[in-house]
Amino acid sequence: MNASLNGSRTTIRWGLALTILGLAALVTIYVMALAYTPLEVRQGAAQKIFYIHVPAAWSAMVAFTLVGVVSILYLWLRDERLDAFAASSAEVGLVFSVVILTTGPIWGKPVWGTWWTWDARLTLTLILFLLFLGYMTLRSAVHDPAERARFSAVVGIMGMVLVPFIHMSVYLFRTLHPKPIVLKPSTPSLPPDMLRTLLAGFAASTVLYLGFVTVRYGLARYELARRQEAD
Amino acid sequence: MSSWFRVTAAVATKDIVIEVRSKTAILSALVFAALVLVIFNFARDASLVSASVLAPSVLWITFAFAGMIALNRGFNLEKENGALEGLLLAPVPRSAIFAGKLLSNLAFVGMVEAVALPLFVLFFNVSVWRILPGLLGLIVLATVGFVAVGTVFSAMTVRTRFSELMLPMLLLPFMVPPLIGAVQTTTRLFDGRPLSEMIGWLRILALYDLVFVTLCVLIFPAVVDE
Amino acid sequence: MTPPPDAPLLVAEGLTRTFGHTRAVAGVDVTVSAGDLVAVFGPNGAGKTTLLRMLGGLVRPTAGRVRVRGRDLRSGDPTVRRPIGLLSHQSFLYDDLTPLENLTFTARVYGSANPGALAHEALVGVGLEDRAHDPVRALSRGMVQRVALARALLADPDLLLLDEPFTGLDAPASRRIREVLVQRRQAGRGAVVVSHQFAEVWDIASHMLVMMEGGVIMRESPPPDLSVFMAQYEGLLRE
Repeated sequence: MNASLNGSRTTIRWGLALTILGLAALVTIYVMALAYTPLEVRQGAAQKIFYIHVPAAWSAMVAFTLVGVVSILYLWLRDERLDAFAASSAEVGLVFSVVILTTGPIWGKPVWGTWWTWDARLTLTLILFLLFLGYMTLRSAVHDPAERARFSAVVGIMGMVLVPFIHMSVYLFRTLHPKPIVLKPSTPSLPPDMLRTLLAGFAASTVLYLGFVTVRYGLARYELARRQEAD
Repeated sequence: MSSWFRVTAAVATKDIVIEVRSKTAILSALVFAALVLVIFNFARDASLVSASVLAPSVLWITFAFAGMIALNRGFNLEKENGALEGLLLAPVPRSAIFAGKLLSNLAFVGMVEAVALPLFVLFFNVSVWRILPGLLGLIVLATVGFVAVGTVFSAMTVRTRFSELMLPMLLLPFMVPPLIGAVQTTTRLFDGRPLSEMIGWLRILALYDLVFVTLCVLIFPAVVDE
Repeated sequence: MTPPPDAPLLVAEGLTRTFGHTRAVAGVDVTVSAGDLVAVFGPNGAGKTTLLRMLGGLVRPTAGRVRVRGRDLRSGDPTVRRPIGLLSHQSFLYDDLTPLENLTFTARVYGSANPGALAHEALVGVGLEDRAHDPVRALSRGMVQRVALARALLADPDLLLLDEPFTGLDAPASRRIREVLVQRRQAGRGAVVVSHQFAEVWDIASHMLVMMEGGVIMRESPPPDLSVFMAQYEGLLRE
């Protein structure tokens, strides 16, 4: 049983390392975006949040996809560590989506003159936020751990299947209601140095996400191992 | 195979008989629907926003929320004396139990919609006669998907604390695609637009129904089997 | 695939139910043959109810296997559950339906050719045909229990599982349950009874198990003298 405690400590350490790396990468992106990437012609400095926001929204979606995939594995293998991992991913995803949903409008208001836009990214992040919130609330409302794991897995899988439909609906809506140019933050083809910063943003966001999830998962395992020792 | 239909029919009929006798969900859903329609009517400024612009949204919001009230009762009656366990002990497939529940839930939500629609026509003074077949078809198409998801979720939420709050909370994101599609199509139906403008939404609705009904049938055993 | 006629009704091997660090049942073996009545005792939290629910197929074991008439309970084929009946402290009835409607529904679900007639017969069997058309909500607790018993026996199960059947029953009702259990033994059926009331099942049980903290700590067949057992049991509880 001691092995499990040590194992979870190692997990936490790796997670912290990844997180620090991710934070460093995040700072680098800020610098890259502000100093080393050209201004976008139409939107000016406003567009620069794109290098962090797009990757962060992407990470929230990856977080949920992972919840879904790990949930399928859980229902198949019934290993409670899979449940702990899914819950960790959901918590981190919830935090990511809250950050996106709060920084987006706060940043967007002075720039675009409006708190909220129903563009694809924000809408999807909002739905993901609601899914994460529902997932975590359900977990807190179920007492029995096996039942909690099972129910969470069901919601995780259903949510993962829902996401493409949200994409489809938002996409169809937008093709029928084209947005004015000024509110279109991303363009299909990017000049190479913008693309470079964007890709770096993806890398930073992914590392940060992995770092957080690893720490959270390590903490969950630690809790489990400590309770086991106590018995 | 015939046993599957037998069980589905037995479960669905049993649910309908119970609801007709106790009338708990139907009455609350109907009162709710009427209230929503009345409030919307008084809340808008008639000179600024015409009813026909808001009408599709109001209709579908009414259906959605009244539908959720009706869905809640689906598994509540199984909880009272543990009756669901009696069904799970029986030598019948879980999918038949789910199908029976889905059918009875569709019957209830359908009943609420059947009363809310005439009320809506009355309060909002819209004419639906020439588009009625299309509208009815759309209502069925949009309702099936979210009732299937709602049936699975209500099977879970009856066992949780704050079950009346948990069901809407879990279900709302899943209602987004059907509601967007339904409102968009309803708007075009009211405006007499050609089918070609609606086909994109109808496809999404049909795909949603297909995917989620299948998924729900497959995932239901994981909800009820401990 | 029909098992040989003298094969046991139920064989459970290595039944375990855990989640994370909680262990409800650990490595329990149970065999029930025709004419057996297995009585399961133990303090609260020993895992008796979880064990019973695993035997009935309501709870999936983390490890181990239950075979009913030679077929694995988790095989995915629902007909495996046909020989099983379960009587819980919950009635499994719908309060808004009448006893007749409740039993007809059960009969229909179990595939009876004539559900109404079977339901009526079952109600006569527990002496409630005059209340057949009152909603279950209006019946007394004792009557509800009789309907629940009729329901559990409706499909003529080879194996009857009972969870604390004597709790809250008056003397005539307890006697009725005991009669059913004795009849079943004589007819070559099987039963597993989880109970706190030793006296009710002691003289009619063929096997006796004591569970504690998820495991079987005592197993006798036939059960020993009651006063000897009580002394041993008290001793075990104190440890």
